[in-house]
Amino acid sequence: MNARKHSRRVAWPRRMVHLILIVLALVFLTLFLLLPLATVFVEAFRQGIGPYLEAIKEPEALSAIQLTLLVAAIAVPMNVVFGVAAAWAMTRFEFRGKALLGAFIDLPFSVSPVVSGLVYVLLFGAQGWFGPWLDHHGIKIIFAVPGLVLATMFVTLPFVARELIPLMQSQGSEEEEAARVLGASGWQMFFRVTLPNIRWALLYGVLLCNARAMGEFGAVSVVSGHIRGLTTTMPLEVEMRYNEYEYVGAFAVASLLALLALVTLAVKTLLEWRYGDEIAAHAPGGH
Amino acid sequence: MRRRVLPGFGLSFGYAVAYLGLIVLLPLAALAWKASGIGFEGLVRLLSAPRTLAALRLSVGGAVVAALINVVIGLLVGWVLVRYRFPGRRLFDALVDLPFALPTAVAGIALTTLYASNGWLGRWLEPLGIKVAYTPLGVFVAMVFVGFPFVVRTLQPVLSALERDVEEAAESLGAQRWQTFFRVILPMLAPALLTGFALALARAVGEYGSVIFIAGNIPMRSEIAPLLIVQKLEQFDVAGAAALGVAMLLLSFGLLVLVSLLQRWSQRWAERAA
Repeated sequence: MNARKHSRRVAWPRRMVHLILIVLALVFLTLFLLLPLATVFVEAFRQGIGPYLEAIKEPEALSAIQLTLLVAAIAVPMNVVFGVAAAWAMTRFEFRGKALLGAFIDLPFSVSPVVSGLVYVLLFGAQGWFGPWLDHHGIKIIFAVPGLVLATMFVTLPFVARELIPLMQSQGSEEEEAARVLGASGWQMFFRVTLPNIRWALLYGVLLCNARAMGEFGAVSVVSGHIRGLTTTMPLEVEMRYNEYEYVGAFAVASLLALLALVTLAVKTLLEWRYGDEIAAHAPGGH
Repeated sequence: MRRRVLPGFGLSFGYAVAYLGLIVLLPLAALAWKASGIGFEGLVRLLSAPRTLAALRLSVGGAVVAALINVVIGLLVGWVLVRYRFPGRRLFDALVDLPFALPTAVAGIALTTLYASNGWLGRWLEPLGIKVAYTPLGVFVAMVFVGFPFVVRTLQPVLSALERDVEEAAESLGAQRWQTFFRVILPMLAPALLTGFALALARAVGEYGSVIFIAGNIPMRSEIAPLLIVQKLEQFDVAGAAALGVAMLLLSFGLLVLVSLLQRWSQRWAERAA
């Protein structure tokens, strides 16, 4: 009894070490992560709430918000459909080249955002493969909304698939096979068995995909052309205002993006707490 | 052979491959094709230009240093979050992902403001002779910031699964605490640390948004490779931009191969331990 008590209680020099390590980690997290976050809001409200609201209500800001929502509203669903299809093929069937397909899905994570935008300029820009043809038919992709959408789709392509594949792999296909044997059609099986089984992981993937889609900077900056009110998304509006020394305006728009990041983190944490088992143990995905 | 009862292989596989081909592979083919336009000599001239070399050195060298720093700090933070209980632990745990969630442009202007000479941190560092904003040091800071979550997040599951008996056995055999840590725990964490290192590295090499604000972008000194691509594009040097893009892509592929090798290694290690 006495011996057990002794081994359970941590000796005080070791407790000091624990305390020092905890303090070191928390000081780092505070200085390195919390302080930049706080800076965004402090700078945004530096001149009070009036100038902050004005900066957000400017037409350029409003159109940037609209454009960001529009781009995400197209890119995210596209990648959801792709993610579900890719995960279904990868986890329910055996085929040659599966590892290669998996590697290609991950590819955008290891491509610099600038290169992700550049490739579309090379495809659709004035000097690109399809540039002359597009120009002849009066279709604009680069320096226009379609280019922004494509670049965003490229950058956020892996998110949903990466969440679904490990989960569907570990769940196996017994329930789906049972549904089929009992006479369910393919779509019935999908909507009544597969989708309910993966809904939380799907939501998790959508959350991360959306955060990246709305916050993407490098890729969209290459294809945007920075035409104010037409092709500037929120992150680009932040950059333009900042470079024009409009600090309150830049941080005001930035604060909206920071708020989006906080909401994303909150929902993500909530999903992990409540549905941790239904969201596969996932390797950290890059951005 | 088992009869296939599950439907939709043709549809899902076909759609996934077509989508991937159109969104990722076709554009990358255009990149390779355009890059070949400058020819071998042009490529050599471009890649051996002092300005290109300086930028590549900063992007790759800075990313390596930043990833190393992240291994050390990630180990500390991951260890503290998994092993110790203290108030606010879950909040700090959630905070770790902030660099993933915060748009890079926002991180960029926030870090710049923070480390500028009149910023909250800059005003303390500058009297000490440490200039961060608009120097190569600023590039490191931004790279550490964007790569920070990787090491912590690859480490946490491994740390949680670590059998305490091993440590207790080592200690009952008379090992000091630090001996246990360096001889027993660290080797078991090595695969996860290496994976986190490679992921943080791959992210930092191509990083653009968070770096360009704080870097000051002084040619030969604090100019990163992705910025050089943007500049070439602005000067309508499409082939040059593409060639630099290919060079960066090949660098990333090398890292990707490294990551997959490391992952295989860590998996084998996990199986052996089980």
